[in-house]
Amino acid sequence: MTQHIVRTFDEELGLLSSKINQMGGIAEAMMVDALDALSKHDVSKARGVIERDAQLDALQHDIEELAVLVIARRQPMANDLRQIMGTIRIASDLERIGDLVKNIGKRVTVMEERFLSMRSLSGIQHMAHLVLGQVKTVVDSFAQNNAELARHVWLHDGEVDTLNNSLFRELLTYMMEDPRSITFATHLLFIAKNIERAGDHATNIAETVYFIETGQQLSGPRPKGDTAPYSLSAKDV
Amino acid sequence: MPEAGAPLPEAPPSALRSRVVQGKVLRLMALATGLAVLALAHLSSLPWLAHGLALLLLALIYVGWRPALRREEGRLSEAARVLRPDAEFKLSTVLDALGAPTILTDRRGHIVHANAAALKAFPGLKQGHPVTFFIRAPAMLSGLEAVLGNDSEVRFELLDHIPVERSYDVLIRRLGGAPEVGHLAIGTAFAVIFMTETSAAKRIEAMRVDFVANASHELRTPLASILGFVETLQGPARDDATARRTFLGIMETQARRMARLIDDLLSLSKIEMSAHITPSAEIDLVAALRSVVDTLGGLAQDRAVALKLTLPEARSLVAGDRDELLRVFENLIENGIKYGQSGGVVEIGLTPVEDAVIGPALAITVRDFGPGIAAKHLPRLTERFYRADVSESRVMGGTGLGLSIVKHIVTRHRGRLGIASIPGDGATFTVTLPALTPK
Repeated sequence: MTQHIVRTFDEELGLLSSKINQMGGIAEAMMVDALDALSKHDVSKARGVIERDAQLDALQHDIEELAVLVIARRQPMANDLRQIMGTIRIASDLERIGDLVKNIGKRVTVMEERFLSMRSLSGIQHMAHLVLGQVKTVVDSFAQNNAELARHVWLHDGEVDTLNNSLFRELLTYMMEDPRSITFATHLLFIAKNIERAGDHATNIAETVYFIETGQQLSGPRPKGDTAPYSLSAKDV
Repeated sequence: MPEAGAPLPEAPPSALRSRVVQGKVLRLMALATGLAVLALAHLSSLPWLAHGLALLLLALIYVGWRPALRREEGRLSEAARVLRPDAEFKLSTVLDALGAPTILTDRRGHIVHANAAALKAFPGLKQGHPVTFFIRAPAMLSGLEAVLGNDSEVRFELLDHIPVERSYDVLIRRLGGAPEVGHLAIGTAFAVIFMTETSAAKRIEAMRVDFVANASHELRTPLASILGFVETLQGPARDDATARRTFLGIMETQARRMARLIDDLLSLSKIEMSAHITPSAEIDLVAALRSVVDTLGGLAQDRAVALKLTLPEARSLVAGDRDELLRVFENLIENGIKYGQSGGVVEIGLTPVEDAVIGPALAITVRDFGPGIAAKHLPRLTERFYRADVSESRVMGGTGLGLSIVKHIVTRHRGRLGIASIPGDGATFTVTLPALTPK
């Protein structure tokens, strides 16, 4: 970032960025814990996830307040303004991700353990790992001011959608086979949907990061769900 | 006066600095007094002699004080020279030699130096940027905050999940001689983050749990079938020679399947165990692919499938584990032969590419022209025991672990596995690995 004549302006922008990073860190950790709580049916861990969402809310509030102050005081223009507006948007996306993950935690606390089968969970875990990778990469792209990385996240959202469709079919089959599993499978369906929504927010963040860095909107054809080449990588999973 | 190359001055630089400042203040005060005397002498119209005396006093003060100040200033810059550039250069060299990830930060938590091991574990780390931009775990954030605040030392466990699961014992400690926070310039080392990796121990535990769960579930099916046939052979089919032959044949197939399953589970566990270590041997993919194609030539001939190899002339190097990479190509090409049999040809290619995330990379593609894979199965193929078509997989002798093994190996190599398929038009498997530029 180029330096400003008023050094405190730079400091304020830096503070905004570091708060976004802090939110990203919390959201990632919450997601990992929620999934762990789900696969081990660890209710106390799930409660911990629910409680931690308040931190995200508080941070988002801080960011909005600080951003408004900076706009009022410094009258930012061009890329500074993009940076600040982008920060507000990213904060609200991260906060939404926190809400979705909190919801997974809530479901874990009311689910019945006896239907917990390895097989249906492995799909959910796979999907969560993919989305976690998307969230991590997109926050990385913000921290490193890397528009290309953001674009990469944006391009790879289709994988998550396809996975969600596939999980839906699978869970439907279980429900038809054994009506007793309907409650459990429905919870899993909603959890899958929540994870998929979290992935959508990661894509939103990617669009914002791209806009902050380049001033352009991400556009053009994006491989959509059904025809998307499926890929897994060390860095984007 | 210290000579050139003299040992470190006895006083720390901060004390020296304050002495210089003191000297300057005293000198100013003396000058002011001299001036005041001069003015007084002038106003009270004293004889010229008093003027002369006052002027002499001023001159004396100015001349007498200068060398003393110069001396102090010289010692100060000497101290700065000894402590700053040289010392820091030596420090970073020593840090780079350490095997454990170690990061020095200034009083704001920005990176002053990240050693080689830290850069290997967290490739994004950039000097001058906050540590928490790259390692965002809340534990790291609060630990760093504590040390930059009041605590002299903090210990905690750091868990990282992407790209592979890793865990570290982290110790953040304020540097021994670090003065009060406010006095330290930005960009000067203030605290050190020292990480000890504990992934291996965690993995052993996780592997044990996983292995028992997977193995018991998947081995039960073939075992139940074997037991069923044994009972039939002991009972109703005791004297039926044809039935005995058929049943023994089925039992053999099932037993072999179990053996293969155990082999695959074991190698999967082995790969997972070492997932946190990036392999580093220099491997030529051209030679590796040729050798795999040679090995699978027989199978291809049996099934009337032609293997079409398109390779560059030059050696194409990656950092990797030879056995594991051979396993990847073997699995992919074998799958292509088995499941794409109807297409009659499997194309294998190797091209250098520029990847957004990986950077310069080599892409290995294995394309078959069989029935292809339905879109709903694509994203799930690499899950353990996931089969697109259970009965076909059984007939082919698959264990449901092949692609899972491929994925794990590729992830361990920090690469990417891509699967694209249009039903009716075959499937393309692409392995993208970070290229190694020849030294």
